[in-house]
Amino acid sequence: MDPETSQRIEVVVERLQHLPGALLPMLHAIQDDLGYVPPEAVAQLAKALNLSRAEVHGVVTFYHHFRTEPPARHVLQICRAEACQSMGAERVATQVRERLGVDFHESTADGAVTLEPVYCLGQCACAPAAMLDGEVHGRLTAERLEALLATLKVSP
Amino acid sequence: MSVRVFVPRDSSALAVGAEAVALAIAAEAAKRGEGITLVRNGSRGLLWLEPLVEVETAAGRIGYGPVAATDVAGLFDAGFLRGGAHGLCIGKVDDHPYLVKQERLCFARVGVTDPLSFDEYRQNGGWRGLENAIAMKPSEAVAGVIDSGLRGRGGAAFPAGIKWKTVLETAADRKYVVCNADEGDSGTFSDRMTMEGDPFVLIEGMTIAGIVTGATQGYIYLRSEYPHAERALLAAIDTAYDRGMLGPDVAGSGRAFDLEVRRGAGAYICGEETSLLESLEGKRGMVRFKPPVPAVSGLFGKPTVVNNVITFASIPIIFDRGFAFYKDFGMGRSRGTLPIQLTGNIRHGGLVEKAFGVTLRELLYDYGGGSASGRSIRTVQIGGPLGAYVPESQFDLPLDYEAFAAVGAMVGHGGIVVFDDTVDMAKMARYAMEFCALESCGKCTPCRIGSTRGVETIDKIIAGRDRGTDVALLESLCDTMLNGSLCALGGMTPFPVLSALKYFPEDFGLDRDRLARAA
Repeated sequence: MDPETSQRIEVVVERLQHLPGALLPMLHAIQDDLGYVPPEAVAQLAKALNLSRAEVHGVVTFYHHFRTEPPARHVLQICRAEACQSMGAERVATQVRERLGVDFHESTADGAVTLEPVYCLGQCACAPAAMLDGEVHGRLTAERLEALLATLKVSP
Repeated sequence: MSVRVFVPRDSSALAVGAEAVALAIAAEAAKRGEGITLVRNGSRGLLWLEPLVEVETAAGRIGYGPVAATDVAGLFDAGFLRGGAHGLCIGKVDDHPYLVKQERLCFARVGVTDPLSFDEYRQNGGWRGLENAIAMKPSEAVAGVIDSGLRGRGGAAFPAGIKWKTVLETAADRKYVVCNADEGDSGTFSDRMTMEGDPFVLIEGMTIAGIVTGATQGYIYLRSEYPHAERALLAAIDTAYDRGMLGPDVAGSGRAFDLEVRRGAGAYICGEETSLLESLEGKRGMVRFKPPVPAVSGLFGKPTVVNNVITFASIPIIFDRGFAFYKDFGMGRSRGTLPIQLTGNIRHGGLVEKAFGVTLRELLYDYGGGSASGRSIRTVQIGGPLGAYVPESQFDLPLDYEAFAAVGAMVGHGGIVVFDDTVDMAKMARYAMEFCALESCGKCTPCRIGSTRGVETIDKIIAGRDRGTDVALLESLCDTMLNGSLCALGGMTPFPVLSALKYFPEDFGLDRDRLARAA
C-alpha cells in the first residue's frame, strides 16, 4: 500500500478509535474517502482495534456494502427486490446490462461505471428504482433509464 | 407578502425530479419578481402525485402534481401562487380523498412541516410527550406504554411496553436505546419517510425511552441505502443538542441522553435485532441465541430497548395525548394505527396511516385505485420478503396481527406489494429462496443450506421431471426451515414459497386441484 493511502487510513483510525464498536464506522469512513476498503487496510485496522486480521476480514466480507476493489467513476445500483420486480425490474436489469455490456458486480472496461444490485431503496411506490452515485431515480421507463445511462458517458 | 411554496425533499419526490422542480420555481419566481419562500417539506405520501407542489393560500394549501420542471412556467402563468386553476391542480390537499379518511398519528406532521424546523415541530405538538414523560414516575410510564397496546411495528409485533419494563427493572451501570432503522423489506418506506420528513419525532420517541428506562445512550442503526434520511437525522440531532433536548440535561430534567447515528452496510439480516446489535458492536451481523433477550443483555451485554422507527415515532403522541387515546384506535389486540405502504404495481401508491381493522380490499381499491398496469390484481405480498403471498380470495381480511396469522400471513412492517396477473409465482417463490441464500448470516444450517437447496428444488419443479417427488421434498425442506431456523429469515422464507405453491400451483406446472385432492 502506498504511504499516502496508509496515512489516510491512519487519520480515520485516530478520528474514530474512541467509539465503542468502531470497526463499521471506520470501514465506512475509509470507503467514503477512498471509494473502497483496500485489503491492506485489514492489518492496520486489526492492530488499531486489537482484533485478529481474520476478524476484520470477516467483517469486511460479510457486508455487501464494502468493496475491496476501487469502483469505476460512477456506481449504478439497480433495485432487484419484489416491489421493483412487480413493475419491470427485470426489464431494467436487461436494458442496463445490454447497454453497458457488463453484468452485476462488474465495471465497464473504460472505468466509467460499476454496476451493482441492491435490495430495496425504499422507493417501492415509485418503482422500478435505481441509485446513481447516491442519488435516487424512480419510475424508470425505458426512456428515463436511457437518459440516465447517457449521462454516464460510457465509451462505445 | 411572500407566498410559501412547498416542494418535497423526500427522496421519493427527489427520485422523480423534485430538485429540478424546486430550482425551476425559484428561478421563475426571481425572473417574474414574485416573492416566494420555498419550503422543502417531507412527502404527504401521495407518491403517484410526486413531485407534489403546494402553495399556501387563504383557502388552505393547494396542491399541484405531478409537476415536471417544464410545467413550472405554465403554473406561474395560471397564477398557481394564488391557487389558480391548472390541469395539474388537485385542489386543497387536506381535502384529498386519499387523506381525508386517514388517521394520521405518527404521520401527523410528515409532509406538512419543514422537517428540520425545531420550532415548527414544537408548534405542531412536538416535545409535549417528552415533557410529560419527564414528569412521570418511570414505573407509571412503562405501565402506560403497556396500556396503550403499542406493539413493535418492525414486524414482530411484540408489546413495546413489556420490553421497556424489562429494561427498567434490570439493574445495570449502563443501558441503551437502539432504533432499528434497517428498513430492508421490499415494499416498505414508512421509516424512511418519517426520518426524512419528521426526524424530530424519532429523536423525541427515543429520548422518552431513555428517560423512562434509565438508558443514557441511544443509537439509530440506519441502513446505508438511505443517505437522505442520514442527512436529515444528523441535522436534526445537531439541532436537538443545540436546543437542549439531547445531552447531559435533557429539557432541563437533569437527566442525560445522547444519540448517535450508525450506518449499516447492506446486510438484510441486520434488521433482526440481535444481529443488529452484533453489527453495532463492530462485528459480522450474526444472529444471537435467545435467551437472554436484548432487554436483559443487549448491546455490549447491557439492557437494551430495541424498537423500530415507527414504534418510537408512535411514542411522543402516546405520551402527549394519553395512553387511552392511542388504545381507542384499532381492533382486537392490534391497537393504535399502522402506517401502511401501498407499493409495486399499484395506481395510487403511497402512505396510508389507518387504525387496524381496515381491509386489504379497501386499501387496494379505495385508496390504491387498482393496479398501475390496469390489469387485474392477482396477489399481494405483505410484510416484506418473508411475508406470504395473499390471493384475491383473502382480500377482505382486516388488517390485524391475529387475523393475518390465522391464515398464515403476516402484517409485518405494513408494506403491501401488488402484482398484476402477469406475475409468475414460481419465479417469485424461487426468488424468496434465492434472497434467503444471499442474505443468510450462515449461523444455522436450515437457513444457510436450506435456502440453496430450495432454489435448486424449485428449479427442478419448474423443469418438471418428477414434480410429485420434488414438491414433497420442497414441502419437507420448508418444514425444516420453519421449525429449525434460529431467526425469522430462515424461519419465514417458507411463507412466500408455500403460499405461492398453495394458491398458485398452476405456475409450478401443477394441477390447480392438487391441494383440494390432498385435503
